[in-house]
Amino acid sequence: MKRCGYCDFNTYTPSELREGGTLEGVSAGFIDALIAEVTFAARTTSTTVPTIFFGGGTPSLMPAKELGRVLDLLKQRWEFSPNIEITMECNPDTLTLQSLEEYRAIGINRLSMGMQSADKSVLKVLDRTHDPENVAKSIENARKAGFDNLSLDLIYGAPGETLQQWESTVSTALSYNIDHLSAYALIVEDGTKLAAKIKRGEISKPNDDLMAEMYLLVDQLASKAGLNWYELSNWGRPAAHNLIYWHNQNWWGLGPGAHSHVDGVRWWNVKHPSKYQEQLAKFESPMQDRERLTVDQMRDEKLMLQIRLREGLLKSDLTSNQIAVLAEFSDEILQIEERLVLTAKGRLIADRIVRSLVMA
Amino acid sequence: MPAIPLSKAPQPASTDPAQIRNFCIIAHIDHGKSTLADRMLQITEVVDPRQMRAQYLDRMDIERERGITIKSQAVRLPWRSGRDGKDYILNMIDTPGHVDFTYEVSRSLAACEGAILLVDCAQGIEAQTLANLYLAMENNLQIIPVLNKIDLPAAQPDKFAAELAKLIGCNPEDVLRVSGKTGAGVEELLDEIVAQIPAPVGDKAAPTRALIFDSVYDVYRGVVTYIRVVDGKLLPRDQIQMISTGARHELLEIGAISPEPLASQGLGVGEVGYLITGVKDVRQSRVGDTVTLYQKPAKQALAGYKDPKPMVFSGLYPIDGADFPMLREALDKLQLNDAALVYEPESSAALGFGFRCGFLGLLHMEIVRERLEREAGLNLISTAPNVVYEVTMEDGKQITVTNPSEFPNGKVGEVLEPIVKATVLAPSEYIGTIMELCQDRRGTLLGMDYLSEDRVEIRYDLPLAEIVFDFFDQLKSRTKGYASLDYEDKGNLAGNLVKVDILLNGETVDAFSSIVHRDKAYAYGVMMTQKLRELIPRQQFEVPIQAAIGSKIIARENIRAIRKDVLAKCYGGDITRKRKLLEKQKEGKKRMKMVGRVEVPQEAFVAALATDADIEKVKAARDK
Repeated sequence: MKRCGYCDFNTYTPSELREGGTLEGVSAGFIDALIAEVTFAARTTSTTVPTIFFGGGTPSLMPAKELGRVLDLLKQRWEFSPNIEITMECNPDTLTLQSLEEYRAIGINRLSMGMQSADKSVLKVLDRTHDPENVAKSIENARKAGFDNLSLDLIYGAPGETLQQWESTVSTALSYNIDHLSAYALIVEDGTKLAAKIKRGEISKPNDDLMAEMYLLVDQLASKAGLNWYELSNWGRPAAHNLIYWHNQNWWGLGPGAHSHVDGVRWWNVKHPSKYQEQLAKFESPMQDRERLTVDQMRDEKLMLQIRLREGLLKSDLTSNQIAVLAEFSDEILQIEERLVLTAKGRLIADRIVRSLVMA
Repeated sequence: MPAIPLSKAPQPASTDPAQIRNFCIIAHIDHGKSTLADRMLQITEVVDPRQMRAQYLDRMDIERERGITIKSQAVRLPWRSGRDGKDYILNMIDTPGHVDFTYEVSRSLAACEGAILLVDCAQGIEAQTLANLYLAMENNLQIIPVLNKIDLPAAQPDKFAAELAKLIGCNPEDVLRVSGKTGAGVEELLDEIVAQIPAPVGDKAAPTRALIFDSVYDVYRGVVTYIRVVDGKLLPRDQIQMISTGARHELLEIGAISPEPLASQGLGVGEVGYLITGVKDVRQSRVGDTVTLYQKPAKQALAGYKDPKPMVFSGLYPIDGADFPMLREALDKLQLNDAALVYEPESSAALGFGFRCGFLGLLHMEIVRERLEREAGLNLISTAPNVVYEVTMEDGKQITVTNPSEFPNGKVGEVLEPIVKATVLAPSEYIGTIMELCQDRRGTLLGMDYLSEDRVEIRYDLPLAEIVFDFFDQLKSRTKGYASLDYEDKGNLAGNLVKVDILLNGETVDAFSSIVHRDKAYAYGVMMTQKLRELIPRQQFEVPIQAAIGSKIIARENIRAIRKDVLAKCYGGDITRKRKLLEKQKEGKKRMKMVGRVEVPQEAFVAALATDADIEKVKAARDK
C-alpha cells in the first residue's frame, strides 16, 4: 500500500503506523479513538446533523462495519436531518459491488470517487495506481448498490498533460452521467515525491497558462453536460457538506489533523494518529491548537470563501474602497442585481481579486 | 641582546633626530605585513610576551578577520644596533594596503624616510604594492626590498629577488630574506633599517610643523591624531592650530605608541607619536593637514594636503524601513572616524528611505557597509555603485550627477566622467585576455613592461565607471585570480554618455536609470529589460518593459498577463492556512511598490540593482 506522489494529506500506511501493522488491525484501534472523540463532541454541542463526510484520503479502505460503528454512534448522540447527506471519498480500485452494498447499507448515500484522469500516462505522472477502466465499473456497481448521488474528482495540469488529453478525461467523466464533478488544478506541494522529481528536473513544472485553458475547457464541457458551476472547482448538484465550509457554518472534524469550526472558533487536532489515539486513551482532547477569529479575520474569510461561489459577494457587504478596487476587474466580475459574481476568467484569478479586496 | 628596556631607551621629546629612523612597510594584503610587525614587536620586547597576540596592531575586528589593515598606526621601537651597538628609535608607520586609500598611503609615506618593500616570495609583487612602491620612490624614500615567507615550500626567492632588484635598481643579493612566521632574518632587517634609512632632518628652532598622517576616533578619548614632527616641537598643554582649517585646540595629551599609547613630555624633530585634543570628529583633524602652534604659527603648511574626494556613490537602504533612524545614527558615528565618508538622505520609490553615500572606492564602500551591518546590527541593501558625472547643458548650465536619476533630460552639451590610470600585473600568458577586457571597457593602452620573464605590467587609462562595474571580478575570473589591479585618479574626460531609462508600463522607474556609453546602451537596455521580465511577477494585464534613451525606445520585453492566480481547493482545513497566507500577503504588500498600476516586489528592485549577496539576504529576510 502506498500514497500517491502528489498527495500531502495527513496520510499513513499501516506499516508506517505500526511495525507489521495490517489494515484491519490499525483500523479498529483508530475507530475506537474516533468514537472517543465523538463522545467529546457530544458533550459540547447539540444540533441536528445535516451532513457527514468521510474523507481526506481513502476511507473506502476502511471496512464498512467500522464506518458503521461511527455512524451508529453519531446517530445515537445527535438527531440526523431527514435529508442528511453522508458522503464517502473512495478509490475506484478498492470498490466491489459487495462493498458498495455494505456502504450503502450503513447509510452512506453519496460517493466522491477519485478518478483524476482517464489517461494512463497522466495517472502514472501522478503516481496513481488505479486502472481508469475501474471507474466505469465502480460507477455501474454504485448505481446497482443504490447510490443516486455520485461525484468524480479530476486533476488537471499534471506535467506533460496536453489539452487534448484533458478534454478526453473530462468527456469520459461526463459520459458516466455523474451528478457532480470536482476538477482541481494540480498543486505541487512541498515535501511530496512529485515536488522532489520536479526539483531534480526529472519532470517539468505545471504550466499555469495551460492550466487556465484546461479550467475554461472543463467549465465549458461540464455546463454543456448540464453540470453548472456552483463553486470555483465544483460543478453539478451542490455538495451540501462543502457548502457548509464555504458558508462558514459550523462543523466538527473528527480524526487526527482534522479541523473544526464552531461559532468563530477554529481548532485542529494533533496530526499523528498515534498521538491522537494516545490523547483520547487518556480521555484528553486531541486538539493541538485553536484560534478565535477576530472580526477582521471573519470578514476576510467570508470574502475569501464567498467569492468562490456562484452566489458571489453581496455588494452591500463591501466598503466603498473595495467596490472602487473592483473597477479594475471589469472582465472578471459580473454584477447580477446586488451580487458580484466572478466570470470564468475572474475565477481563474480569484485569489488575486481577494488580495485586492482585503487590502483595499 | 639588541632589545633595550623601555625605561632605558631614548625618551620622546629628548631623542636626538640622528637616533631616529622612520619607516613604513609596503606590502600587499596577506603578504605577511602584520606577522612581520608582530615579530618586530616581540624582538624589540615592547610587548610583554604574555600579552602578545597575532596581528597585534590591527585594532578593529574587521581588519583582523579580513587580513587587511585600514587604519595606520605608528609604533615606537627601541633598538640597539647589532652593527654599531648604539641605541636607536625605530618608528614603524603602518600603511593601508588598498587602492582606495592611496591618499592615506601617500601621507604615511610622507612621514617616513624609508620603506620596507615586503613581498611574499611565493607570489611575487602585486599591482597595489607596485603602485605604492612608485609612490614611495617619488617621495624619495630609501627602499629596503624584503622577501617574506622564505619558510614556505612554494617559495621562489631567487625569481622574485631578481624581479624586485629590477624594479628598484639594486642587486638581487641585496634583497633581504625573512620569515615573519619564524622570525628568521628579522633582527638583521632591523639593523638594515638603522644602516640604510636616513635619519630625519628638521629645524629645531623653526615654528612647529607636524604632519597629520592619520586620525582615528576613539570612543573614550575622542579623536587620536597621529603626527610626525617636522620642525620645532610640541609640548603637553600647547595650544595648537590646524593650518588648513584654522581650528585651534588645546593639547590634552601627547605621546608615543609603544605599542599602547604612552603620554610623554612632548615630541621633537623627526619624532612620531599621537596627540589628543578632545575633538570628537576626525574632520577637525584631517589627514595631510599641518599642526602648528597657535602662539607661534608656521607660515607655510607642509605640502601635499588634499580634501578627500568621494569617487564612487551608492544608495544604502535598510531592509526594514523602520531601521532608517538607526542607519542615520550609525553613519553619524562612523563619520567621526572616516573623513572620506559623505552621505545625504535620499528616498527611492523602490527602496524607501536611505542615504546616498560617497566613498573613495569599492573597498571603502564594502568596508563602510560591513561596519554598519556589524557594529550597528543593520541589515542593508546597497544599490549598484556609480561614479560622479559633470554635465554641461547646451545653455551652459552645469550639473554634478551623483545619482543617475539626476541626469538631466534636456539638451546635454558635454558629459565628463572620471578616468583612472589602471595598472594590472599578471602572468604574461594573460596579456591577450586582459587587453581584450580593457578594450571592451573603453580603455586606452598606455604601455606594457615585463617585470620578469613571465610577469608583465600593463597600464591603461580606463573610465572609473567601467571599473566600478564588475571589472575586478572579470579580471580575476579571466586570469584565474592571478592578476592584480591598482588604479589612481587621472581627472575627468568627456565621454559619449547617455542615460538609459527603464519604463514599466510606460512609466519611467528612476531607480533603474543608468548612465552608460552610447555604444553600450542597447546591450544594457536588453540586459535590464530581460532581467526585469524574469523578476517582476505577472500582473492581470500585459506589462511592457522598455529601455529608452530620451524618447527613443531601444529595447522592449513584455510580461504577459497572468491567467491563473487561484488555489483550486478550499475545504475545512485549508481555510486557516489560506487566510494566514492572505494575512502574510497583506504584510508583503508593504514591500510591494506600485509603479503606476504595476506591483513590483522589493526583491525585483534589489535583484535588478544590487549584488547577488544582497539578493540572497533579502530572500532570507522575507522567508523569516
